Amino acid sequence: MATTRIPIGPQHPALKEPESFLITLNGERITDVAMRLGYNHRGIEKAAENRTYVQDIYLIERVCGICSHSHSSAFIQCVEEIAGLEVPLRAKYLRVLIGELERVHSHLLWLGVAGHEIGFDTLLMYSWRDREVVMDILAMLTGNRVHYAMNTLGGVKRDVTEEQAREILKAVDTLEERTKYYIDVATHETTLIQRLSGPGFISKDDVLKYGVVGPTGRASGVGRDARKDDPYAAYPELDFNVVTDDHCDVYGRTLVRVGELMESYKLIRQVLKKLPAGDIAVKSPRRIPAGEAVSRYEAPRGEDVHYVRANGTDKPERVRVRAPTMANLQAVAKMLEDNNLADVPIVIAAIDPCFSCTDRMVHIDRIDRGPSSESFEWGALRRKGIEWYSANGVDFTELNKRFEVRG
Amino acid sequence: MSKRRTEEELKAELVAAFPELEGKVRVARERRVWVEVELASFRKIFERAVKELGFSILCIITGLDEGENLGFIYHIADQGGTMLNIHTLAPKADPSIRTISDIFPAGHIYERELIDLFGAKVSGLAPGNRYPLPDGWPEGQYPLRKDFNPAVLDAGGEGA
Repeated sequence: MATTRIPIGPQHPALKEPESFLITLNGERITDVAMRLGYNHRGIEKAAENRTYVQDIYLIERVCGICSHSHSSAFIQCVEEIAGLEVPLRAKYLRVLIGELERVHSHLLWLGVAGHEIGFDTLLMYSWRDREVVMDILAMLTGNRVHYAMNTLGGVKRDVTEEQAREILKAVDTLEERTKYYIDVATHETTLIQRLSGPGFISKDDVLKYGVVGPTGRASGVGRDARKDDPYAAYPELDFNVVTDDHCDVYGRTLVRVGELMESYKLIRQVLKKLPAGDIAVKSPRRIPAGEAVSRYEAPRGEDVHYVRANGTDKPERVRVRAPTMANLQAVAKMLEDNNLADVPIVIAAIDPCFSCTDRMVHIDRIDRGPSSESFEWGALRRKGIEWYSANGVDFTELNKRFEVRG
Repeated sequence: MSKRRTEEELKAELVAAFPELEGKVRVARERRVWVEVELASFRKIFERAVKELGFSILCIITGLDEGENLGFIYHIADQGGTMLNIHTLAPKADPSIRTISDIFPAGHIYERELIDLFGAKVSGLAPGNRYPLPDGWPEGQYPLRKDFNPAVLDAGGEGA
């Protein structure tokens, strides 16, 4: 049979981000994949050299809209090591708290995307609705749904009150109940199991060979996790399991992520129970002494690696960033080998490549009514949306009744 | 799991295998060891670290503009979480290094970054797409070198 070559991307409905795959097919079977990346390269490493360390925290946080706390933590750990800063224990616990809440929202986001890619949009609607619970908690704690700006050199910027801690625990109970339901769906729903089993197979040997990281690697039986292997923040004091699976396919990656959600809830509860009293930051100098450091951080998608070289000024000499997708994309060609063309979207989505979501406050200028303007807080915007829909015949009352955070 | 090798033990192992590393190995802290190597002996030390000392994970390759030279740091890790950071230099006049993609197939992407962003010459790389700069980027312009001036992009480079 003659081979066919199909370009997918850089702009394509099956992809959430710009990247380009040139796929060679024999009938419906994939025989070769060539990849082209770089369409979203923003020159952040260069930009970081021209900004101060404090400005860089906010710049580096914007490497990713989802794993923002992961990147700022990986960066800041390098700078703190070079400057010899002793971060207070309470701050280390709070970094874990935000990091695990971030993992929860990232994994729930992924679950929805995976559902969507296999035509199971009910799963998308359910998991993204549940994700709002953790987004609200992050907004309550930090003032924002993503880009929390929680980290500062020498600690964190905001403390957690007892009242907030109670709200977090309530939310975690709700999320845990929902996650148990997803685990039930993932282990008993035949359609889902059959659709996800098989595609994107990568053996343990190939995971090691290609340097695959995060849940993608753990789903092929490689129990690597920077939180255990190269521990940072408060992880050495906390008890959790590294979730692995040996299906080696998209189904295995699903099981690992839902399993990791349960471990994150365990970690969040421990942080709030053991949260030590004390300061949340130490004072950091503006000029960082010459030196270099490299740090690893287990982001929701896998390991972030950051390198910083300081030259004694208030700006870094060099900042190097590697996000987990960079490591995992190298193995996608291997995962797609001998799969059907129709499996391309879910196989790519199953490594959880990264895309941005950011939304907080809307500023509306009514040009038809002159210079007057309206501003909405998040809650008011949400109420306005619900009112607009009910005025147009869509009523959420019943749905909301069935889904109230338990009090 | 067997007991983790200490950083000092690793340092001793490296110096025993390669006497020229005497005084070139620095233990920065728990799990962080830095080594300075000459470009000529980089390959044998790197290969030994990967194949015999257990540093089977390539974390990242960092490029650096160090004045007259380009610097390269190969950050590799073992199962116990220790990172060995091997630093080497190549003169800007001839910044030639040999690929490590025969050992770490996924490492080619970091080497392509060194080519595009620093102007390194990497021998032995398999053919493939450039990364991360677009086609039509002006020749000889390396954005992560310190003397790079973005104004050249306004002069008509398609990649601007």
